[in-house]
Amino acid sequence: MTADTSPVPSPSPSPSPSTAAASVDAGQGKPEILTGSGAIIRSLELLGVTDVFGLPGGAVIPLYDELMTQDSIRHILVRHEQGAGHAAEGYASASNRVGVAIATSGPGATNLVTAIADAYMDSVPILCITGQVFSTLMGTDAFQEADIVGITMPITKHSFLVKRAEDIPAAIASAHLIASTGRPGPVLVDITKDAQQQKAPFIWPPKLDLPGYRPITKAHGKQVQAAAQLLAEAKKPVLYVGGGVIRARASEELLAFAELTNTPVVTTLMARGAFPDSHQQHLGMPGMHGTVSAVLALQESDLIIALGARFDDRVTGKVSEFAPHASIVHVDVDPAEIGKIRAADVPIVGDAKDVIADLTAAYAAAAKTTTPDISAWWTYLSGLREEFPLGYAEPTDGLMSPQFVIQRIGELTGPEAVYAAGVGQHQMWAAQFIKYERPNSWLNSGGAGTMGYSIPAAMGAKVAEPDRVVWSIDGDGCFQMTNQELATCTINNIPIKVAIINNSSLGMVRQWQTLFYDGRHSFTDLNTGHGSDMVPDFVKLSEAYGALAIRVTSADQVDDAIKLALATNDRPVVIDFVVSRDAMVWPMVPQGVSNSYVQYAKDHAPTWGEE
Amino acid sequence: MTSHVLSLLVEDKPGLLTRVAGLFARRGFNIESLAVGHTEVPGLSRITILVDVEDAPLEQVTKQLNKLINVIKIVELDPAQSVQREHLLVKVRADNTTRSMVLEAVTLFRARVVDVSVDAVVIEVTGDSGKTQALLRVLEPYGIKEIAQSGLLAIGRGSKSISERVFKN
Repeated sequence: MTADTSPVPSPSPSPSPSTAAASVDAGQGKPEILTGSGAIIRSLELLGVTDVFGLPGGAVIPLYDELMTQDSIRHILVRHEQGAGHAAEGYASASNRVGVAIATSGPGATNLVTAIADAYMDSVPILCITGQVFSTLMGTDAFQEADIVGITMPITKHSFLVKRAEDIPAAIASAHLIASTGRPGPVLVDITKDAQQQKAPFIWPPKLDLPGYRPITKAHGKQVQAAAQLLAEAKKPVLYVGGGVIRARASEELLAFAELTNTPVVTTLMARGAFPDSHQQHLGMPGMHGTVSAVLALQESDLIIALGARFDDRVTGKVSEFAPHASIVHVDVDPAEIGKIRAADVPIVGDAKDVIADLTAAYAAAAKTTTPDISAWWTYLSGLREEFPLGYAEPTDGLMSPQFVIQRIGELTGPEAVYAAGVGQHQMWAAQFIKYERPNSWLNSGGAGTMGYSIPAAMGAKVAEPDRVVWSIDGDGCFQMTNQELATCTINNIPIKVAIINNSSLGMVRQWQTLFYDGRHSFTDLNTGHGSDMVPDFVKLSEAYGALAIRVTSADQVDDAIKLALATNDRPVVIDFVVSRDAMVWPMVPQGVSNSYVQYAKDHAPTWGEE
Repeated sequence: MTSHVLSLLVEDKPGLLTRVAGLFARRGFNIESLAVGHTEVPGLSRITILVDVEDAPLEQVTKQLNKLINVIKIVELDPAQSVQREHLLVKVRADNTTRSMVLEAVTLFRARVVDVSVDAVVIEVTGDSGKTQALLRVLEPYGIKEIAQSGLLAIGRGSKSISERVFKN
């Protein structure tokens, strides 16, 4: 086996056309002399970057000095570097543009680590620029020195350490290109303070020297035909749609493909919005908390066409028992994802947008000679969907149901908004009960499961898409991890709306403790909600941050509060929804078992005529 | 488990070895031996890795290695289609009573003595791992004091070269 067996890669990449047009030596013949810091900013500007999130410190003071003298890039001063990282992620996820975060050396850089890991797991294109101590001090344990390139090596797509001013344009341009092409991901550029201070000729576009970077975009025609033929012959096919479809901006192609083939569609947690929830062919989300019909559509299928999805354990359940009768067509831009978890019968390496369009054409040809018939499959799945719709039981403690609150937020706000969730029960409910109709409207931390993602991500999304309503659907645990960015929102006029689904506990862990640990609720009580000391008081805290703060304790207040939030756009809004802590996320496939054991509600596993 | 020899053509960049070694560790693969050196192309290095894995995980590690931006090309070298060598320096006890026997072993293995002292010699040998291990077994009774061994080096037979296509681009 050699690496030569891969499909033909695209030609060596070059900076995007819009940047190539820029010339800095027009008429002069001689390039302009800039400081390294000036070169960082000019490079970002020429790459089309208009917003950055960051926080200064000793090793980036030269960069911040230059930032002050320009007005083409808006810098948003965060209150914690993790906030800058997640804001860059939210910015990128809402707009498909590269998000940029800036931090100083040492602790500034290490504070970015969680966000970088998060972006790596969810393939989010972000560019992190960190200051590094003087090159002459590196390796001496200097003040605020940390080997951030080394620390982030396992969680970046690539990274650069720059010690000379003249290397800056190429490093920034390469980082931007790598972050945003192929399978997107975080790229870090660590720049020493002396490189920021030195002066060097600014040459643009820089010569990019990336002989080892050739992302594959165009797939093998034969493989596409084979996949189309399998689909035409399949009796129980399903399109397993992952986040890659959103990153590839392939939703339109997906809709055309799905409608032509009449194949059932499931969208993973990362792909919510890639296919309209209102569409008749959409069965919802598969996985641990997926709908019964989506879980079983995968489990009982005879053909899975995976599009930009990676067979995550939260989707497959016990892998050895996952979809035992299914052939697999696996489409991914990253060859390493294909066959990583489940062997593919037809591997297709390529960009989802191109591949889906090719598949559509190939299917149209294949369907002329083969008569596809999946009517029995549809009858079965429609029956499941009708018998086991998403739903919830009203809590018995008289408190509000969190699902109701989240559903109303979605219904009153509509599909044009952006919804960013934290991690836990509220995240699952937000994925289930808000109806998504367009890509980039649902942001969450899927792979890494980073509590605290929501508020800074919502902030970043609002900066990227200022005309959209942006909701942070947060938990009381998550909120306490990153709520300092409310100050950033207030000061910088970024009016996000925050719904704290306050069940006074680390709810998802509590749910597992209830179900699998005999109800032993070890250290999951946060004392923020009903019947507790309410520390902190979220309303007072949010008011202190300059937000409009509302507490809602009964269902009849929910709509008014949401409407007031939607009408308030001169400052952030925080609604403390005090909800029942006993509500649980259903359906559920317990960890480590086959998807066939999906439970619709507690102790209620449906019988669905498995052979 | 079976042994596989991977030849990586890589850009000669700081931290490259950490990226490659870290990837093996992170994905749970054990490197048996590793050798790095310059190539005929300035700026490019070659890493030869001996790894003990089954075919399926090997494919995964190869794909992951290919994703490293500084890795330009990866080839698995089939033992039948390549020359594979390791280099061994061994310090053996050898006094007046045993030196002649040690030297006889050196001759038989086409090894060389590169240092002599009153009670020891340093022997240098090059070969595949079968040969070096055999020499060590023969020398063992005399008392091996110290061993320094290189990673495996490997190169394909015939006129083609690993960097040919890359260089043309």
